[in-house]
Amino acid sequence: MSQSGMIMEFVHRRRRGAELFLLVLALAVGVGAYAAVGLGVEGEIPTGILTYGGWLTGLVIVAHVVVRFVAPYADPVLLPIVAALNGLGLAIIHRLDLSLDTTYARQQLTWMTLGVLLFVVTLLVLRDHRVLQRFTYTSGLAAIVLLLLPLVPGLGTEINGAQIWINVGPFSFQPGEVAKLLLVVTFAGYLVLHRDALALAGRRVLFVDLPRGRDLGPILLMWLISLGILVFQTDLGSSLLFFGLFLIMLYVATERAGWLIVGGGLFLGGALLAYRFESHVRVRVDTWLHPFDFYDDADGAKSYQLVESMFGMGWGGLLGRGLGLGMPQRIPRAESDFIMGALGEELGLTGVIAVIVLYGLIVERALRAALICRDGFGKLMAVGLGSVVALQVFVVVGGVTRLIPLTGLTTPFLSYGGSSLVANWVLIALLLRISDHARRPAPMLATDDDADAEATQVVKMQVDEGANR
Amino acid sequence: MNKPIRTISIFCMVLFLALMANATYLQYWQADALTKDARNRRIIQEAFSRERGAILVSRNPVAESVETDDEYKFQRTYPQPFKYAPITGWFSYYSQTGIEQSQNDVLSGDDSRLFVTRLVDLVNGNNTEGGRVSLTIDPAAQTAAFDGLRALGDDVQGAVVAIEPSTGKVLANASLPTYDPNLLASHDFASVSENYDRLNADPAKPLLNRGIQTTLPPGSTFKLVTAAAAIESGNWDASSTVPAGATYQLPETRGPTGLIDNDGRTQCDPKQVPFEVAMEYSCNTTFAQLGIEVGAEAMLEQAEAFGFNDHYLDDLGPQAVSVYPVGANKPQTGQAAIGQFDVRATPLQMAMVAAGIANGGVVMRPYYVDEVQSADLDILDKTTPSELSRAVSATTANELTKLMVATVAEGTASPGAIAGVEVAGKTGTAQSGVEGKPPYAWYVSFAPADDPQVAVAVMIESVPGQDTDEIAGGLLGGPIAKAVMEAVIR
Repeated sequence: MSQSGMIMEFVHRRRRGAELFLLVLALAVGVGAYAAVGLGVEGEIPTGILTYGGWLTGLVIVAHVVVRFVAPYADPVLLPIVAALNGLGLAIIHRLDLSLDTTYARQQLTWMTLGVLLFVVTLLVLRDHRVLQRFTYTSGLAAIVLLLLPLVPGLGTEINGAQIWINVGPFSFQPGEVAKLLLVVTFAGYLVLHRDALALAGRRVLFVDLPRGRDLGPILLMWLISLGILVFQTDLGSSLLFFGLFLIMLYVATERAGWLIVGGGLFLGGALLAYRFESHVRVRVDTWLHPFDFYDDADGAKSYQLVESMFGMGWGGLLGRGLGLGMPQRIPRAESDFIMGALGEELGLTGVIAVIVLYGLIVERALRAALICRDGFGKLMAVGLGSVVALQVFVVVGGVTRLIPLTGLTTPFLSYGGSSLVANWVLIALLLRISDHARRPAPMLATDDDADAEATQVVKMQVDEGANR
Repeated sequence: MNKPIRTISIFCMVLFLALMANATYLQYWQADALTKDARNRRIIQEAFSRERGAILVSRNPVAESVETDDEYKFQRTYPQPFKYAPITGWFSYYSQTGIEQSQNDVLSGDDSRLFVTRLVDLVNGNNTEGGRVSLTIDPAAQTAAFDGLRALGDDVQGAVVAIEPSTGKVLANASLPTYDPNLLASHDFASVSENYDRLNADPAKPLLNRGIQTTLPPGSTFKLVTAAAAIESGNWDASSTVPAGATYQLPETRGPTGLIDNDGRTQCDPKQVPFEVAMEYSCNTTFAQLGIEVGAEAMLEQAEAFGFNDHYLDDLGPQAVSVYPVGANKPQTGQAAIGQFDVRATPLQMAMVAAGIANGGVVMRPYYVDEVQSADLDILDKTTPSELSRAVSATTANELTKLMVATVAEGTASPGAIAGVEVAGKTGTAQSGVEGKPPYAWYVSFAPADDPQVAVAVMIESVPGQDTDEIAGGLLGGPIAKAVMEAVIR
């Protein structure tokens, strides 16, 4: 391929200075939003701004320094985006705290600290992402155990109709968020080994290569697991996320669109079955199609949350009411699933588009890392991690803005929720590790290159390293 | 694997574009419809927590927004609640009435006349404060009216309206029973609902502004309209003699139901009496005959020229329309001519009759809002007085004034007399038509007769334990009218 040839000639710079500059901007977003919330709600800059800003800066600097030392070639845009989103989320949660007299922001800051800590640990411990390939089946098993945990009596708790939480001591924990990382590892490890078998055998029907019947095993198994999550944990969002993730990775591994046809068909079938037999799925679809009919109906106001969020976003308009000047506290649980509603109300369409673009950049950077990654496992993992973000954002933001039926998922980095925040920080650490590996100048060149090119490459690398120091 | 990765990139881009397009649809195209949804509490709450402009009566607020610590930021307060409630109305989370409702756009800051102020506030980063509304009310007259009514006793039901004849400015509008709008503007919504339900269910109807929202038979005060029609016909003037008599059998009737008498006022007994005497002693027999003489059509025209059967109040509402029956036959016209049958008038309407006569026959359109001001006291708009109608000629008005002056000087309206000032007035009593309910007492007047500054109508619907016949009615209403007129003239 021409692309790979280009990559071999092109040597990535480290760009750590650029990352630092972007991080300063990200901090300005986070701390600025926090100050604006104080001004909007109480008319003064909050007294704790220095401690808060200092803490946030400290976390970001630690993350940056660790990246500088252990992943010097990692993508320079990912960390600043995540820092900005996390800071913005903290400010909005703090804003809701002020109206509702809760302390979610304080807990979220603790979770962020833990997230950054695990981010650092991941980068320090995992020096090469290919090590993870050894844990293909272990992590698969762990993911299944984690997904089953909420169903264990006494351990699982039902929150908002979905049984996806477990209680460990004083903490409640959403195992699905961790499972999604483990599943990416499992899928990548399994598919990189079996991609040939899955890709080559098959039959051609109407321009589309359909896979062999006996190869349908894994996809059917994944379909059943997703359906199981839907039926037993009544968690529409996770079910959709896991199955979509698997389909995308399968397609990328096999390069065969036939899998998408089969998977899409299975998904539609499952969705129809669920709509027919699962009352909570039917409720979600009905409130999606006719939200205003269920806003204040006698038996439970099923779409109250959605319609309040829509009223808020409509009221926010193009520029928003301004941080602290809207009424996002009217939306039930605005700090978690509906944080985009609160953001749309106070920062307007402008803020919503900006945040969507930030998520788009994360996905774009992940897929770019996948493109330039040299090993199949790394490629698949990067695609998987990027797709998880894309699907999760689409499902939750689409649900909140009534593009698709509402399903319960957290908005990565913005929503309140410890397990989600920590898992997503680890996700970014994995992406940085893969991109560091992909962008690092190749120590060994492909055998079909001539000796001159090899020599030039080595020299270039040294010059480059020197220039950066 | 790079080809499918590129496909996935495009797929992800489509997902994100769909999200952005949908967010744009929701927050731009759908925003208007969402804002207009009646269930959108944000819009209601925002209006409720805005800094509303004050309602002023000679530069003192009778309704103002005071900063609070709770989530609504501002509390609407009414410093003189009972006296001004009929005019200001209330501003609650659920509804608005009175000036609070009719001037809502100005008070909330949405009015286009406040556009520049809003723009300046936006640039300076200030919160927009609503505009102020300055009323035409004269605080001394309003106090005199309110205190006068209240002095009649507990549970009195009645109203006083005073107008400046040359402009139509409403100088006083008191109504009893009244209520405390602070109770309805409270941020404790449970108690607001409770208070509203209680006030709304009260049989005495305290939420009504009886000055403009209650129509009752005007009784003898309507004889001013009959006299106006008679003099306009050209057959009589103030010095003419008019038909009278102890009794008068209405045409086409027989027996006591069609028989008009004078409630024992023997001055009316002769077959013919001077016009002044007929007015002074409010001779029913005279005016019934005059009414029939000028005819139903001329009576209707005259009544409508004073404002009957018409909406004319723009800045306070809802206004009850005063009624003169259309297509009345002869006996009905005879009854209507003395303010009975289907004739109904608000106190405001009767004040306008007096004001029209006082203003040389020209009835000015009544109004409550004098000025609209921005929060920083710039005058944005001042109401210019406008003519509602020419009810009678200047000559006729002059003749009527003479009759009314005589009525105060020597007749039933004497309780309204002010030492050293010539007062023109007329009493009235109307049968309520309800068994056991006492008659309604009226008193209309203006002063000074040669240079009228104020026209007043007092209506007393019921005063428990007090007699309200013709003379007693004058005794009840006269002193109140006198106090109001004195408050304006002094």
